[in-house]
Amino acid sequence: MNQLDSEPSRVSPAAFARMLWRHRGEPGMLIPLLQAAQDSYGFVPPLAIEQISEVTGIPTAEIYGVITFYKQFRLKPLGRHIIRLCKGTACHVVGAETIGQVVADELRVPPDETTDDGLFTYLVVACLGCCSLAPALMIDDQTHGRLTPQKVRKLIRQYRRDAAKTAGKPPAKAARMQAVSEA
Amino acid sequence: MQEVLVGLGSCGLAAGGQKVYQRFTELLGSDQKSAVLKKTGCIGMCYAEVLVEVRDGNGGSTLYRDISPEKVARIVEDHIKKGQVISDWVLDAAASGSKQKRIVLRNCGIIDPDSLDEYLAREGYQALEKVLHKMTPAEVVAVIANSGLRGRGGAGFPTGTKWRLAAASKDAHKYVICNADEGDPGAFMDRSVLESDPHSVLEGMAIAAYAIGADAGYIYVRAEYPEAVKRLRHSIAQATARNFLGSNILGKGLNFHVKLKEGAGAFVCGEETALIASIEGKRGMPRVRPPFPVESGLWGHPTCINNVETLANVPWIVLRGAEAFNIHGTAGSKGTKVFALAGKVKHGGLVEVPMGMTINEVIYDIGGGTLLGGPFKAVQMGGPSGGCIPASLGNTPIDYEQITATGAIMGSGGMVVMDETTCMVDVARFFLSFTQNESCGKCTFCRVGTKRMLEILERICVGKGKDEDIAVLSELGEQIKSSSLCGLGQSAPNPVLTTLRYFLHEYHAHIKDKKCPAKCCLALVDFSILADACSGCGLCVATCDVGAITGEKKAAHTIDVLKCIRCGKCITVCNQNAIIKT
Repeated sequence: MNQLDSEPSRVSPAAFARMLWRHRGEPGMLIPLLQAAQDSYGFVPPLAIEQISEVTGIPTAEIYGVITFYKQFRLKPLGRHIIRLCKGTACHVVGAETIGQVVADELRVPPDETTDDGLFTYLVVACLGCCSLAPALMIDDQTHGRLTPQKVRKLIRQYRRDAAKTAGKPPAKAARMQAVSEA
Repeated sequence: MQEVLVGLGSCGLAAGGQKVYQRFTELLGSDQKSAVLKKTGCIGMCYAEVLVEVRDGNGGSTLYRDISPEKVARIVEDHIKKGQVISDWVLDAAASGSKQKRIVLRNCGIIDPDSLDEYLAREGYQALEKVLHKMTPAEVVAVIANSGLRGRGGAGFPTGTKWRLAAASKDAHKYVICNADEGDPGAFMDRSVLESDPHSVLEGMAIAAYAIGADAGYIYVRAEYPEAVKRLRHSIAQATARNFLGSNILGKGLNFHVKLKEGAGAFVCGEETALIASIEGKRGMPRVRPPFPVESGLWGHPTCINNVETLANVPWIVLRGAEAFNIHGTAGSKGTKVFALAGKVKHGGLVEVPMGMTINEVIYDIGGGTLLGGPFKAVQMGGPSGGCIPASLGNTPIDYEQITATGAIMGSGGMVVMDETTCMVDVARFFLSFTQNESCGKCTFCRVGTKRMLEILERICVGKGKDEDIAVLSELGEQIKSSSLCGLGQSAPNPVLTTLRYFLHEYHAHIKDKKCPAKCCLALVDFSILADACSGCGLCVATCDVGAITGEKKAAHTIDVLKCIRCGKCITVCNQNAIIKT
């Protein structure tokens, strides 16, 4: 999953466009194209939906239907860091609920939301698959296991401090919004 | 020459395996004179990650557990350079290992998953050569049918029958699909196989293609498994380059091209007709069967869908014959089954046991018992489609029919152990919130019924349950089961129905006494502070939103239960563990 949105700049918009044209006639390409769009922009922007519709001939309404059916796709930009809290069975029985509450408290946003400063997006996911390290969460592509409330607070604060140090750079979200408007 | 193997499956990576590997690279130097450094996949003992194996080059090996980058230097100095085993760090796996039988996991944690040569050195692609050179498609189908192999994705449909039906179709165009959409929370068998031994699955697919006459294949894998996706892409390219896949395979005229499709996050896509819809680029909603995919599947052509674990069994069976496989197991369930053992168990990880072994043996002998050492209360099998089996039925053997008789299902292999601190009502609520969320919305009973059931369970968990709730839950559950189209809806009520069947007293405690026996449902417990343990630091006072905690600095604090809203925040900030639930 980290390839989807934690490395949002992995694929350039140009690569998305190339892929769009190369696969225009191939059946079943809608989902891979949406994945490519999300890889490019960090989310699926309206422009990408129109482009896909134009090239493949699939109506935009149908594309929206597919986007909203799958959890992977997002219609809103993400924060600079993605926190994915695992809510799998193994994590649940060892206290994922408490960990989730601590994350929400620390970020001051509920799941599925991005903090006002654009630094974090907080997501709850079904299972990260590292059940023996429960309770676990991922920040970007880094998994953190055997969590305690104290550990979670320390982690998030560490990211905040690091962000403050590099405060000169524009946050990724703004940069991406810019990229979209240019595209 | 000595070899050092670092376990870099997802569990190993999550535990910091990459850093350990990095440290070994630094210390062993680029020429690697003293030992060769290698990567490997998941060996199954996830509780002890990061695992490092040192092979002496003469068949002997030592397995070290819980290795951090700081410990690497000592392994290099003492073991690799001086030959002294660091006995304190050695993992003793003899007890749990002797009861296992590794067929599917035969190469996991042993070979480097990125190396086709290492797979070939362990009989890799020999089964494919055997079928191409010496067997007719009908003979291959017969071997699989005789082996008694059944679908490992959960439902247990006989694989031989599925292949025979697909082979019987006259269509010129057929597909083999590997279902790697392992969406069940708490299960990671397929992921581990794909990450640790991807070629075994590809070989299984190629054999299936030969048997049924397919010319194209898809692997539908969860996008949430980046490591598996990466290794699969690499393996497909490798196998194609060596002509184990592609056109005119091994010069025998078989054409079979494999493509990878990444799922986009929908649990229901594990259902075969939904999976097909998703590959076609549509919303992944199941459709009515018949026609079954073996008659009309992907783009209307006959399609044979097998699970990862099923396919990984195939090369082993073809090479050794049906009898070698079906001596393991019970009358109706042959071979082995891989389980992802997790929850409140000491030795969580991946285990492969012969069918017919009892649940108790898996949990106590292989899993090492519960974390706290006491007896387990229940074991959850089959994920959101399965149910909770109580400890009193711990002697139930692992067998499709016998597990189904308990109300749970074999499922894909998630096995979550629960002890006294797990509330069964809460577990039922947890699974239902999952299936409710994942319901595609096509069938009314599944869409609306699960929602109503969830509302009732949520109410019970906060102490607002009513006497009639239990009857309503069972009635709704039965109706959802009988009027849903696909496996998701038909099995969604199972966690609720099994907990109602075996743990009714816990529902009564929640509804009538307004108490949670496991002290898990926060709304139904009282919080208090242990005067002896409290240091009077005041952290909890600052955290409490309603001012329920009072006390002088450096003196024991108290909680006013009348003001307390039972949010549980104070417990999470207390460094002394002085706040308890009563």
